[in-house]
Amino acid sequence: MTENESTERSALLTLDGLRKAYPGVVANDDVSFTVWPGEVHALLGENGAGKSTLVKMIYGLVKPDRGIMVLEGKAFTPANPAAARSAGVAMVFQHFSLFDALNVAENIALGMDNPPAQRELATRISEVSEAYGLPLDPARIVGDLSAGERQRVEIIRCLLQDPRLLIMDEPTSVLTPQEVEILFHTLRKLTAEGTAILYISHKLEEIRALCEDATILRLGKVVDTCDPREKSARELAEMMVGESLHIPTREEFKPGQVVLAIEGLSLPSPSSFGTALRDISLKLSAGEVLGIGGVAGNGQDEFLSALSGEVLALPGVITLNGKDVGLLGPNPRRALGLLAAPEERLGHAAAPDMSLLENALLTGAVRENLTSRGFLKWGRVKDFTEKIIDEFDVRTPGPENAARSLSGGNLQKFVIGREILQRPDVLVVNQPTWGVDASAAAAIRQALLDLAAGGAAVIVISQDLDELLEISDRFTALNEGRLAKPRPAQGLSVEEIGLMMGGAHDMHEAEVNT
Amino acid sequence: MIRLEKRPSPSRLWTVVTPVLAVLATMIVGGLMFWAMGKDPFETIRTIFWDPLFHETFGPYSRPQLLVKAGPLILIAIGLSLGFRAGIWNIGAEGQYIMGAIVGAGVGLAFYPSESILIFPAMVIAGAFGGWAWAMIPGLLKVKFGTNEILVSLMLVYVAESWLASMAQGLLRNPDGMGFPGSRNLARDFPAASNLELISGTGMHWGVVAAFIAVIFAYVLLSRHMLGFQVRLTGEAPRAARFSGVKPARLILFCLGTSGALAGLAGLFEVAGPAGQVSIDFGSGYGFTAIIVAFLGRLHPVGILLAGLLMALTYIGGELAQLMLGLPGAAIQLFQGMLLFFLLAMDVLSNYRIRLTKPEAA
Repeated sequence: MTENESTERSALLTLDGLRKAYPGVVANDDVSFTVWPGEVHALLGENGAGKSTLVKMIYGLVKPDRGIMVLEGKAFTPANPAAARSAGVAMVFQHFSLFDALNVAENIALGMDNPPAQRELATRISEVSEAYGLPLDPARIVGDLSAGERQRVEIIRCLLQDPRLLIMDEPTSVLTPQEVEILFHTLRKLTAEGTAILYISHKLEEIRALCEDATILRLGKVVDTCDPREKSARELAEMMVGESLHIPTREEFKPGQVVLAIEGLSLPSPSSFGTALRDISLKLSAGEVLGIGGVAGNGQDEFLSALSGEVLALPGVITLNGKDVGLLGPNPRRALGLLAAPEERLGHAAAPDMSLLENALLTGAVRENLTSRGFLKWGRVKDFTEKIIDEFDVRTPGPENAARSLSGGNLQKFVIGREILQRPDVLVVNQPTWGVDASAAAAIRQALLDLAAGGAAVIVISQDLDELLEISDRFTALNEGRLAKPRPAQGLSVEEIGLMMGGAHDMHEAEVNT
Repeated sequence: MIRLEKRPSPSRLWTVVTPVLAVLATMIVGGLMFWAMGKDPFETIRTIFWDPLFHETFGPYSRPQLLVKAGPLILIAIGLSLGFRAGIWNIGAEGQYIMGAIVGAGVGLAFYPSESILIFPAMVIAGAFGGWAWAMIPGLLKVKFGTNEILVSLMLVYVAESWLASMAQGLLRNPDGMGFPGSRNLARDFPAASNLELISGTGMHWGVVAAFIAVIFAYVLLSRHMLGFQVRLTGEAPRAARFSGVKPARLILFCLGTSGALAGLAGLFEVAGPAGQVSIDFGSGYGFTAIIVAFLGRLHPVGILLAGLLMALTYIGGELAQLMLGLPGAAIQLFQGMLLFFLLAMDVLSNYRIRLTKPEAA
């Protein structure tokens, strides 16, 4: 490590030649880079590039097969997360590990190695939350908090341990733009105090705004390093993918006649953790792509179920091509041309342990004539399945393979392809590119645009604002079960979008502006 | 160190091999148990698995018993397997079996001593109806009020047993039976209502025929029909099933109704044939053993056919072992329990791969 010694400041964490192999796949191979104190270091890469495995090694969850880590000049071989934490490494996971029924202070105490007494802890939580501009009441029950607030609980839990390195895995995927600003503000405060942040994200604009250094992983190897502030988002994406990216193209949108009309759709919450839909009204014309943004858990799933027919509405509430479909189940709605692709691929859009053939049958039976008098026409099922696999470039050894053996991106292409090939009049998709690699995501977006260009109306529900702005004609957002009034997507500012999504939850203007 | 690693999709080879391994493991551990009880394990295993079919003196007597015992087991297990595939747990087939027998026999006895050829078909329909109606109780309660079908159907077994006792001593008691509990003997005294052996010396009766038809029916339903697809889909992924357009309530009623009707049929064929009469001890546990048969056969129609025959063999062999070697009945039940235990345990092999790894240095 001669080059480190030659620099003025000393490295916080140095990785050298890390390798981790799982049966059948090398997750990381010869990964080396250095994190300096006080910097925000981005870890970039597509799904499956090995980012998660790498940070798990740093956090002591996984042991490297080969290679060394040096933290502040000392060899660093954490046996478990507790050892990593005591050495000064903390991590905020993408999926929170919080108990809904407990309050903030209790949740934080549960994640600490030596929690102090509740009262003392509550005081410290208040101190830290004030110091870093993260308002949080220690006595509130976590079940009542928004996703942004839950993330603050996780962050404060980390900050209470005075970490020197904070790892954040996709921290902004659950936040509104305003909440993202607040988070960045906190992170900049932390780095000013010398804490380093290892920041994992695939949102390139954010990385350009926040990070000073970036390491790009592809297929487990470091392929490049750069200063993201000096690169365009497109350049970064191409470094990640390793090829030039196909940007979806589209025709000018001319509104056709109204195909789907929703009038005052209200539905009670399906479960105690669900969201009630409140008075949603919407008109959708042929050839239109409507983007629906919103933070997860604001009624997206419930809205999709109401449209797909899994949950019935009142008569007259949903009208498709002039027909009242409010009381029809999924198959009659399919017959009339209203199709849907739910967010959860395994278990909702597809049955994990069933073959692709059976999964094609799952929604295709009605429109593709896959049955006659109830008997299955396996020959036609096979033709339909192979057509999906061919036209949507689904990588699989064959249609007999179980859905769960496919990678997320391939299964998503299958699910979207299955619906598009049934020539819908209206297609509703929820999170069409969630967990999908960049090139597959581009293919899916293009397919949705082509569908709309062919005269269908498409509703895209997504948390990815860049995606929505790229493909939508009109944009709206779900916030606590309410749908904002759709506005033309062209020229919409980030502030306006943020307000449609509900702005920052429980935030004071002053703290945003400090 | 041994590590389990989930397979991307269940191994087809192991799905077929595990039942065989489970039977072998049961023989080994069961043999050890018999040995610990002071019996010769090899002789005991031979008495259970070999002698019922091939013994010179007992063979001709016990061979027909194989079909007689396997028939109701297969018939009931086929019905149960449909529900189990969909995640609908009818544990009360024993009750539906009893009610099928009571209703079917009741219809026949009402026409005693008619000689009409319509009596037996009418009894068959009534038997199926009795089982179906009894299964509709947990079905409707589940659909309307969300009650747990496992508990309700199980409780109804004990209710059915009380009905059986009451019927045998009251309404259906043989008027010429000198006050003894039990109905007229349908097999012996009422030819138009009797379910006789169709081919002498084989044990084949109408119930066995019905069982074979049920196997074929279930096979076609599950592999070639939308309803069967919906049954499997509901069991694999309930949310996807709803998305696909399955109506859960309808499916629950179909599965419980079918399994009830088949159990009722089994009861009717039994009461009109091998058992002969509605008596207090008519309930013989077929409804519970069929649960084992359904799982032993991997909930697959052909598997159930084979499992039913195997289970019948352990029944007959078990009785033979009690008779010949003086084994207690409980030991035989334990032996049958082991079979299910090993089968479920061996299931791990079809879903997981076993890997030997060196223990990691701390």
